[in-house]
This record gives sequence, C-alpha cells and structure tokens, in this order.
Amino acid sequence: MSRTILVADDEPNIVISLEYLMQREGYTVLVARDGQEALDMIERDRPDLVLLDVMMPKKSGFEVCQAVRASPALQATQILMLTAKGRDTDVAKGLALGADAYMTKPFSTRELAQKVAEMLATRP
Amino acid sequence: MIAPALVIGASLAYLLGLFAMAWHGDRRAAQGRSLIDSSWVYALSLGVYCTAWTYFGSVGRAASSGVWFLPIYLGPTLAMVLGWMVLRKMIRIAKTLRITSIADFIGSRYGKSPLLAGLVTLIAVVGIVPYIALQLKAVSAGYGLLTAVPGTAPAGPVHWLRDSAFYVALVLAGFTMVFGARHLDATERHEGMVAAIAVESVVKLVAFLAVGLFVVYGLFDGLADLFARARAVPALHSLLRLEPGGAGFAWTQWFALMGVSMLSVLFLPRQFQVMVVENVRESHLRRAVWVFPLYLLLINLFVLPIALGGLLYFGAGTTHPMDPENFVLSLPLAAGQPGLALFAFIGGLSAATGMVIVETIAVSTMVSNELVLPLLLRSRHFHGGAGHDLSRLLLSIRRAAILGVLVLGYVYFHLAGEAYALVSIGLISFAAVAQFAPAALLGLYWKGGTRLGALTGLAAGFLLWAYTLMLPSMARSGWLGADFLTLGPGGIALLRPEQFLGLQGLDGLTHALFWSLLANVGAYVGLSLWRAPSGREASQALLFVDVFQRTATSSPVFWRGRASVPDLLRLCERFLGASKARMLFESYSRQAGVARIGELLPDARLVQFVETQLAGAVGSASARVLVASVAEEEVLTPDDVLRILDEASQVRAYSRELEEKSQSLQQATAELRQANEQLKSLDRLKDDFMSSVTHELRTPLTSIRALAELMRDDADMPPAQRQHFTGLIVAEAERLSRLVNQVLDLAKIESGHAEWHNTEVDMATLLGRALDTTAEMFHARQCAVALRLPPAPLPVLRADPDRLLQVVLNLLSNAAKFVPVSGGRVEVSLQGDVSGLTVQVQDNGPGVPAEQQALIFERFRQGGDGISRPQGTGLGLPISRQIVEHFGGRLWLEPAGGQGACLSFHLPWSAAEPATDNPRGNMP
Repeated sequence: MSRTILVADDEPNIVISLEYLMQREGYTVLVARDGQEALDMIERDRPDLVLLDVMMPKKSGFEVCQAVRASPALQATQILMLTAKGRDTDVAKGLALGADAYMTKPFSTRELAQKVAEMLATRP
Repeated sequence: MIAPALVIGASLAYLLGLFAMAWHGDRRAAQGRSLIDSSWVYALSLGVYCTAWTYFGSVGRAASSGVWFLPIYLGPTLAMVLGWMVLRKMIRIAKTLRITSIADFIGSRYGKSPLLAGLVTLIAVVGIVPYIALQLKAVSAGYGLLTAVPGTAPAGPVHWLRDSAFYVALVLAGFTMVFGARHLDATERHEGMVAAIAVESVVKLVAFLAVGLFVVYGLFDGLADLFARARAVPALHSLLRLEPGGAGFAWTQWFALMGVSMLSVLFLPRQFQVMVVENVRESHLRRAVWVFPLYLLLINLFVLPIALGGLLYFGAGTTHPMDPENFVLSLPLAAGQPGLALFAFIGGLSAATGMVIVETIAVSTMVSNELVLPLLLRSRHFHGGAGHDLSRLLLSIRRAAILGVLVLGYVYFHLAGEAYALVSIGLISFAAVAQFAPAALLGLYWKGGTRLGALTGLAAGFLLWAYTLMLPSMARSGWLGADFLTLGPGGIALLRPEQFLGLQGLDGLTHALFWSLLANVGAYVGLSLWRAPSGREASQALLFVDVFQRTATSSPVFWRGRASVPDLLRLCERFLGASKARMLFESYSRQAGVARIGELLPDARLVQFVETQLAGAVGSASARVLVASVAEEEVLTPDDVLRILDEASQVRAYSRELEEKSQSLQQATAELRQANEQLKSLDRLKDDFMSSVTHELRTPLTSIRALAELMRDDADMPPAQRQHFTGLIVAEAERLSRLVNQVLDLAKIESGHAEWHNTEVDMATLLGRALDTTAEMFHARQCAVALRLPPAPLPVLRADPDRLLQVVLNLLSNAAKFVPVSGGRVEVSLQGDVSGLTVQVQDNGPGVPAEQQALIFERFRQGGDGISRPQGTGLGLPISRQIVEHFGGRLWLEPAGGQGACLSFHLPWSAAEPATDNPRGNMP
C-alpha cells in the first residue's frame, strides 16, 4: 500500500506544488492549511511523513512537532520541516524539537523527493 | 510650708527622671539612632543659658530696677541673629579639629599652646565658681523658703554640715559625674546629657510660665488690672520707666550689659559646650537662630508681672519683707498653692542643675585636658608608664575636677553668698568670660594674631577684671578691708579699683569691662603686630581663618619629621583604649587604600590623623605634646608653612581638575552607552526586518521554483496543468516584484530619501479618482461602493497627491479583500473641521479581531486567518501610515463599533511643510 504524506502549509501555491510533487512520486497526499488542522490530521489519519511548514496560523510548525513527539502513539510519524527562515538557530530549534529532517525554502523538488524517499526507506 | 521629705523626694524623683532621660539618650546614641539629631533639641539645649539666675534673679532685678533685667537676654538674641555666621565658623572649626572646649579652641588657634589653654582654663574656673555658687544659693534658698514655718525669720548662717547647699552640691556632683564622665571614652559627645538639658529647658519654661499665669490671672485680673494697680502705688512708678533713678537713661550701662551677655552666650564654657562641641549638625543652627531668641522672649514674658505682683501682694513696708528673688516660690506659697510652689521649685531646680551639669562637665574637661594632663605629661614617672591604658586615668581626673569645681562653688557660696544678689554674682562671671572674646573672635578672622598677644591680652584683662570687679565684690562681702576701695591701695587714689586712673561716672561692671577689655584688646593687637607669628601659629591661623575654603582631604598638613606606625598606634591605644585605637587605624587604612595597618606609611597625614584623634580626647595642646614625644619632628618655620600651603593648593587644583575630568569622562561613558543601546535596538529591529523580508521573499520564490521544476521534469504534463502552473508562476512573480517595490518604498520614506511632489490637493477630487481606479476591482467582487462628501467644498491641502492616492487605494483594496463574496459594501466618507479633514473607509467584512488590532500596522502582519487571508505583502498599511504621518496627520483603526472594519486618517490643514526638504534621520 502506498505511503501517506501530509502537506502542512498555509501558502496555497506551495501546497499545490507539493501536492503535485508527492502524488507524482506515488504517495497518497493529505493537505492541512494550519497547525491545528495538521495536528488533528496526524492524530486521525496517521500519515507516514509530514512536510511541515514552520510559519503557520493557529499553531506553528514547532508546536505541532513538539505535540507529535510528546504523544507515544505518534512516534512512527516522521517529520520533515520546511521553512523560509533559513537561520541556523531555526534549523537547530526544529531538530531539537524532534524533527527528523529539515529543508529551507526555496527547495529543489528533486532533492525533496529524494529526501522523502530516503526517510521512508528507513521505516519499512 | 511643705514637708522637707516631700521637697527632697520630689527633687530626687525629678533628678532620677532626668537621669533616665540621659541614659535613654546615651543608649540611642550607642545604637546609632541619635535622640538629639534634631534642630529642636539643639535649640532647646541652648536654653541652658537660662539658669537659676534667670529663674529667680530676673524677678529680683525687675523688682528693684524695672526693665533692667532685659539686656542680659537682648544680648544673646542679638548674638544669635547677628552672630550666627561666627557661630557657624566656630562649629566648623571645632568639628574639623575635634575641639573639646573653649580653652582648647583658643589654645589650638595660637599654635596649640598649652600655656594659653591653661590660662583660659584658669580664668574659666575662677570666673565660673561664683556662678556655680549662685546656683547652689538659689536652690538652697528655695528649699529653705518652701520648708520654713511661716512667720519665722530666715535662719542665719549655719554650719556647713547642716547646710542644705552643701548637700545640694554633693548630689549635683554625683549626678554630673553620672551624666558627663560615665564613659571611659572621653571623646564621644554627651548625647544623653544634651537630651536631658533640652528636657530641663522645657520644664523650667513651663514652670515659670505657670507661675506667671497664676500671678497674672489667679492673683490679679489679668495684665491690665495688674499694671493699673501698680500705677496706683507711687513706690512702683520707677519700675515702669526706663530710667529707674530718674537721672536719665544709662545708655552705657545698658549697652555694656548687652555687650557682655552677647559675648557670654558664645564663650561661657557651658554655652560653648552645647552650641559648638555637642552640635550634631551645622544645619541645626538655622532653626536655633530663631528658636533660642524666642525661648528667651517667652521666659522673660512674666518677669515684670511677677515682680510687680509680688510687690503689690506682699505690700511694701511689712515687718518681714519677702526677698523679691523668691517671688516665684513665695507668691504661690502665700496664696495657698503649695503644689504650684513645689512645681516652681522643680523648675528652679532644673534651671540650676542644667547649668551646673553642663558647666562642670565643660570646666572639668578643660581642667583635666589643659591643666592636669600637661603637668602629668611633664613628669618622667608618667612617661615611664608607657603601655598602660590611660583613658581610665583621664576619666578619674575628670571626676575629681567635677567634684573640685562644685566644692569650690560651695566654699564661695558659704563665704560670700549672702552678701550679693544673684544678678551681681552672675555678671562677675560674665565679665570674666568676656575676656576670651578678643583672642577667640579676632583669631577667627585675623591671621596675624599671635600666641604672645593672646596670652598677654588675656592675662592683662583677667588681672584688671580681678582688680576692678572681683576684689571689690570680695571687699563688699567683708573678706577684705574696704579701705582700698575708697582710698586706693597704699592711699594712691589713681589706683582705686572702682575709679581706676580716675575714670568716674560708670557703674562697677561697665567700668571693669572698659578697663579689662581695653587692656586685653590693646595687648593682643599690639603684641601681635610687634612680632610675626611662628610657623606653628601661622599654620593653625590658616586652619582656623580659612576653614570654609578647605575640605578634610585637601587641607594642607603642617608637619615635618619622622614617625613610626607602631609608636603612633601605641600612643592612641594608651589614650583611647586598644579596641578604639585599632578601629580608627583600620578605618584610616581602608581610606588610604591599604590592606593592613602594618602597610601604612608613617607620613604627615597619618601623624595629623593621630593628633586630631588624640585632640578629641585630651585637647589639642596635649595631643601636640604627645605626638611630639613619639616622633622626631623638625621645627616648622613660617617659610615651611607657606611652602606647604602652596603645595596643598597645587594638589587641590590638580585634584579638582582630575575630578572634573573624571566627571566628564563618566558623562561621556554614559552617553556612549546610551547611544550603543540605541544602536543595538535599531540593529535588532533591522535584523527582525531583514528576517521578515527574507521570509516574504522566499515564500513566492519557493512556489516559483517548485512549479517551474515540476514543469521541467515532466515533459508530458497536460497542457491545462502546465497552463495553470504558468499562471501561478506569473502571479507569484508579480507578488515578488510588488514586495520588492514596497520594501524599497518603505525604506525610502523611513530614511527620508523619498521624493515628495507637493501641490494643492482637493481631497474630494482625489477620492473620486481613487474610486474610478478601483471601480473594476469592486465590480469584479460584486461589491457596492458609496462616497459621501460634505455639503460644502472643503479647502485644499498642500501635499503630494500621488502619495495620498496611494494611501486611499491601499485602504480601498484592503476593504475589497475582506468584504463578503456577495453583498459586499464599502463606504468612503470625507469630513472637514477646523483642524483638518478626515477620510473614513468602512467595509462590511469580518472586522479586525481584538487580538490583531494592534498588529495590523506592523510590517508583514496581515489580517485574516490562513485560509481567508488574501494576497498581500503586509506592507500596505505601514507605508500608508508613514505617508499620513509625513503630512502631520494620523491613520488609525476605528474601535469596533458595528459591522466590519473602519480605517480612518486625518490630515491637518496646515500640513507639515518639511515635506519638500526630505528630512533625514526619520528612524522607525
């Protein structure tokens, strides 16, 4: 069965491109427009991996990441953070909060697709 | 009569209460919470000037010569009002040099001369003994009156063992030791004593006023009645006039009395003690200057009424005429008010004890420091005992001196007391004390005065005082044959004591004052001019006369020689006690910036420090001798003094320069720090801004890159999909360029580089243009737009029309973004008033939530939530606000009243005109 990816971002055009990219790679894609929706969908739909934007309304990506890592039931969820804030401190903060990987915007679609594939490969 | 036991009991109870007060004051002082650190206490303590002489004697004087009791109080009043500057200088000097008494003061001024200080002490003792006798006489007479059986004559002279005055003297000696010589540490001020003295001042004033009120309103029907009845008695007429003898007003005597009391209030040992030595703060003087004269006025208020009342009440010519000096007691007693009489007696007792306690403490300090100690220091035996703690010995000397002075007072009283009225005894003392004036006063302002001049002047004045005033008083009391008074010694008429050199027509006091002060001042000035002061005299003169020009740290140190720190420390230990000495040295080390006492340099400043500390305990002259005994000193010549003074003034100028420099450095540092803080916060703002701009640029870039890569990697993408993506890329690119433009725009406006093309703007027309421009956008959103203009045309504004249009368009497009998809309504209105015009843009969208209202004017903050948030850069409102503010107006969000959001801006008619010259430094 195909893996499920949750795209969590509040920029409509970025969502469109990520959705298209992930579907092209063969994943099932879910979309969340803000942090709260993302967290709800992670709990309900248990996606394998989340492409998580940091700057989102209602709950930031950091908060979502923290909540996921705090919940034992969601340990299998992998998180790849995407952010337009490329400062080192932001990267460090994301990884410290338990994100599995981190990419800055704008990203290369090939690299992102490869990264997602690598991450999913570590969990059978 | 009142039972003796009751009188004695009440007196002892009063004294014990007083002692409790003093004990409390000392305890508070030890705790560092001084009871007497108050200008009121200071002013009241000066009331020690009013002794039993005032309390009983003034009434006696008024009863015999009317208003002639007054000059004694007018003098001090004048001295306080006119002489406070002198007093302030004396206080400053005494504090700086740790002066302990008037003898120390004068001795220190003339090169710390032990001889001079000793002479002053001698004069003080001789002059003060009669004064103390006077207090004993008053108390014992009062006691006799209170306890006498009515109708019996006053007892004649009695054996001293049965004389109440003897026991009064002993009891007072005991109390004085307890008050003034209880501490081993002789340097401390007597805080408890001062507190007790202030209380005594209140007690005697209240008691005297009580008797006065009783006489005026109890025995008579008020002052008017009293004076009317006095006028009716021919014998009392003279008391109500200024010239009692009817021989014209005796101006010379009046002014001599005023003058001598003016000097006494400054130089009486007890006045010097409370005014100068016990002064806690120089500033207390400011209140004392008017409170003390007021006190004198109050205590004299009822003197004449009591005197007249007594004379009227007892009537002239009765078989046992009452002594007017006891009217204060005898009037209440005769009127059947023993309680009031007892209270009046306690008042008199407080007047006497206050004087005796302070005077004997002051005189005993002088005797021990200026007479006994210098003699001890000369003896070899004394030097052999080095290493012993001598502070206990000092205390014993002081106690013995207290007892000695009081016993002397009693002896004087016993032998001469009956012969003289209180007032006359007091004036003899005043005239003796007045001899200190030339050396002390001139020495404060004239650097030329010398030790020789002061010594000779004092000696001459004292001798003439003794010859022209003291001897005649003794002759009158029957100790001496009165022949030499009338004929002159050896029959030489020119040398008659009361008509010296043939001077006639003056009363005894004026005559004595004239000759003694003439000789005193003449010798002082003459001999001072004859020979220049020595180095040490000159250095002390500088320290005294220029005391206000120096601070403790910058004053010159007049000392040359070699000393060792252990020697100096040992010296201090002997006289101040080991722990106190160590404490002083440690605090001095800290000030000198040295870690241990052992590392101190035995330089001139340390020697001076030690000498000053010792001076506080043993007087300046003895301290000088002591320091000289442990140090190898070089003789100080007048040239040395000048050189040291020169160096000191250079050091002072240098240190002032340094101080100024360090102050300006401090200020510069503070300014720099502030500027740095400002820069830092600006930097943080810029950092945040850059971070936000980066984020806003990356977001469209992300979409553009991702979509473009997707198209590149997927050659088979359906055309419709490709078309959709291309459209998105174009929109994101537009967003990107809009963002770049606005960022640049905002940066330009904020930095003041924006260009403003100001012309006359008609806002109504401008709004019309704006609506035309946006008509299509609103139409596309199916949104109705209404424009409401004022009925009459508004004046024109001077501003940049393009910029204002930008503001209005921004507000309109904001409104358009938030109106509902169908049924949207936007209303634009224009209003004018005296100050300017207001434009309002109201929509019927969701409105701005309370938590976002403060944020919408911040950069990159957009209203709406993630889904409904329309495209925008988040810079429109910040730019609009900058533009409006540039023209002196303001832009704000109306408080949520009804539906939707309402943004308004106001522009003043007289728009700020710097518009054309692009102001710089317009930081965010």
